[in-house]
Amino acid sequence: MIKFKLNGSVVETDALSTVRLLDLLREEFDLIGSKEGCGEGECGACSVLVNNLVQNSCLIPIGALEGAEVQTIEGYSQTPQYQVLNECYATSGGVQCGFCTPGMIIATEALLSKNPNPTEEEIREGISGNLCRCTGYNMIVDAIQLAVKKGDGLW
Amino acid sequence: MITKDISQSVVKKDHVDKVAGQLPYISDVKMEDMLYGVLFRSPIAYGKVLSIQYPTLPEGYHVIGAEHIPGGNFVKILVPDQPIFANEWVNYIGEPIFMLVGKELKVLYQLLDEVEVEFEEHEATYTLDDAIGKMTDVMATHEFGESLQSIEKIEQEAYQIIEEEYETGYQEHVYLEPQGMLGIYQEDKIQVQGSMQCLYYIKNALISALACDDDEVRVIQSPTGGGFGGKEDFPSMMACHVAIAAQVVKKPVMLLFDRSEDLVVTTKRHPSKIKYKTALDKEGNILSMSTEVFLDGGANTGLSPVVLQRALLNSAGVYKIPHYHAKGYVLKTNTVPNGAFRGFGAPQSFAGIESHMGHLARIAGKDPLEYKRRYLVKQGDPTITNGRFRDPVFMEDMIEDLLETMKYRETKEEFTRFNQQSPRYKKGIGTSLFLHGCGFTGSGERDHIKATVKLLKTKEDKVLVKISNSDMGQGIFTTLSKIVAQELNVPYEEILFPYPDTKDVPDSGPTVASRTTMIVGKLLERAARRLKEQWQSGAEQEIVEHYVHEEMIPWDEKTFSGDAYPAYSWGVNMVEVEVDSLTGNVQLGEIHASFDIGKAIDERIVKGQIDGGMAQGLAYGFMEKMTSKQGKIQQRSITDYGPPTSMDIVHIESKLYDNPYAGGPYGAKGVGELTLIGGAPAVQSAIEDALAVSFYQIPITPEVIIESLEKREGEAVDKI
Ligand code: FES
Ligand code: FES
Repeated sequence: MIKFKLNGSVVETDALSTVRLLDLLREEFDLIGSKEGCGEGECGACSVLVNNLVQNSCLIPIGALEGAEVQTIEGYSQTPQYQVLNECYATSGGVQCGFCTPGMIIATEALLSKNPNPTEEEIREGISGNLCRCTGYNMIVDAIQLAVKKGDGLW
Repeated sequence: MITKDISQSVVKKDHVDKVAGQLPYISDVKMEDMLYGVLFRSPIAYGKVLSIQYPTLPEGYHVIGAEHIPGGNFVKILVPDQPIFANEWVNYIGEPIFMLVGKELKVLYQLLDEVEVEFEEHEATYTLDDAIGKMTDVMATHEFGESLQSIEKIEQEAYQIIEEEYETGYQEHVYLEPQGMLGIYQEDKIQVQGSMQCLYYIKNALISALACDDDEVRVIQSPTGGGFGGKEDFPSMMACHVAIAAQVVKKPVMLLFDRSEDLVVTTKRHPSKIKYKTALDKEGNILSMSTEVFLDGGANTGLSPVVLQRALLNSAGVYKIPHYHAKGYVLKTNTVPNGAFRGFGAPQSFAGIESHMGHLARIAGKDPLEYKRRYLVKQGDPTITNGRFRDPVFMEDMIEDLLETMKYRETKEEFTRFNQQSPRYKKGIGTSLFLHGCGFTGSGERDHIKATVKLLKTKEDKVLVKISNSDMGQGIFTTLSKIVAQELNVPYEEILFPYPDTKDVPDSGPTVASRTTMIVGKLLERAARRLKEQWQSGAEQEIVEHYVHEEMIPWDEKTFSGDAYPAYSWGVNMVEVEVDSLTGNVQLGEIHASFDIGKAIDERIVKGQIDGGMAQGLAYGFMEKMTSKQGKIQQRSITDYGPPTSMDIVHIESKLYDNPYAGGPYGAKGVGELTLIGGAPAVQSAIEDALAVSFYQIPITPEVIIESLEKREGEAVDKI
């Protein structure tokens, strides 16, 4: 039995400790917002926050989560910070096919919570683990720069 | 929101659901009783299947193979040469031979390991060079232009003849969502849903494979995580796999590729070899040019003949070359079949011709841009197939403006000074000039596609867009809704545009060839105009519009003459690079890009196409490298392949030039593919400028750079 906090509530699971967090989220908890783009830690589509750090959920065996705090896009979308990002991604055109987007939003949160005033360089570095094949990244970078302005004090 | 100018940006229709991650892509769909499928694929490149030994299957597990196909065992893209399950012969590594179906993926993979197949291997053709050496398996060929005899005469009198060979590699789409398809059996009917660009291609493939009637199959598009051409032809095959399996087991069957399977077995951009033979006079002016294009088709014909057409039609770039001749071939190799990819043959041709023109400029002792400008086509000029560039061409203005904003001359001088003082880092600036013919080549729209669109108005006065085109991220839910809304003078939010389902949308054609906004959008504009005229509040109304061909100079596919496209979009890219001559690493500097796409239907969406397309195009030129060895794709992970991350790309300063085209809605022309084409040639020309070395291939990876610098040093030593 593994016990951890998922989107604010304590959850338990009987699943094997080697099961990937991504599968647990998608199969057992029906949380489809974390996507699988590669399964090998190379694309970031499966990004979640584990103890406020961005992690690829496809690489995490759930055995490592005992006592941890996990937040997925479903949980994060209930926060005021999410509202700002949602708006800024819209205004800057940071979403095309949308498959990378939830992971990108999670990576953005991880970046801004650590560094509320990142330079362009730091933004690019902050999302460099998240692949986007549609946008060429620039409009996502714009979105994050806009969020820095609009979300004054939130991060 | 009602916008005054249609170009004014709005929030995309599907934005909120996508950000929240709650839009169900096909891999998010679960159904009761759903089974998974896994494919047993050929491990050899060419040979005969002698025997197959299946493991003992647990209950509820099945083998689905060729014997279960009620209709023809092929997907016909152009010719029926693509088996759904290989029968006796296999033609490439990864070709599906049969499918195992059952509840647990883990069990299925285990069973797959236990299968034993005996093959008789035959000698395969692995590379394009092998195929060129043999010239035995030609899948398509075309030839046109001035006769070779008259060109020979010119060559005899020329001051010099320049011959070059240019090579381009594979490019892989890496749509972030891997391919996936679900087949559902319901009361003798089959429903297929998944990630796709072309609903009716799939529907027609299913009707043929299942030997069934039109109303017995139904195709629904799921939210699609990127396509770029990779979900144009390929999904038809997967659809047949899941449909046949679902029909046999009478349960839903899901086929999802993981990334490595997707990288190794799906279609890619055709590797190419292009040969140029150009006659010059004493001053370096072009007297004649002949071009030969060879495309590696892979093991099946697929769309390759049409890709070759576009490659050839673009083989002279944006130039008016005196006395031009072109010939091209698609050759078969025993490798994964190549298919559609944003640009569709044009990126290879533009990389080649821009490279060649740059080299000719150097021979003539001129700046590449200055040399290219001398040959730029103008309004009214003939195309290389004796069609016409009938609309205004703004290339000269676009170039002039860019020269000014980039301070081209000053920058060049500054880079020259920098390079003289810096032995290790070298800076360069490069330009590419390009166009894209919008829509299908030749008479495709009139003879093959015959698009139909429908608008449905409900009793509640809601208007629904009923077309078969896919939004795969490029934003047609938003742009096409805007066109309809603008005509009806209602806020675009009120236009409903559900994911298409062949049960209730007519065939408005595939989502390819930069045709959706221009062709389908125009039909919708007309439909909306009629709806407005006939509007009856509270009544249900249906408006249908059919494609009408505007005849210009009739296209003749046999002689390759006439107007190949109704309209052209244009582009100029200027790229700065800094090259580390020790490591061969290339860092992008400032990037400027100007485009004439007629009229933007939504500026932000267009900017998204520019940034995304250019990132793919630039990376095609110096980063993304895929190789095949003995018929086997070597890159099995995204990192092995190397698409750009946010750290590799820089801000792109882009500008649009309004040049409304009468045949497009609000003057719009095609956008999606154009934006990719100029990246690679601009990067090549910038690297050449930085290092003063000529390259004859893309991608120009660090290894290629180091090798060419070593070679140059070797030559310098030889001279001493
Ligand atoms: S799916 Fe986890 S990093 Fe790609
Ligand atoms: S929007 Fe498609 S991958 Fe990022």
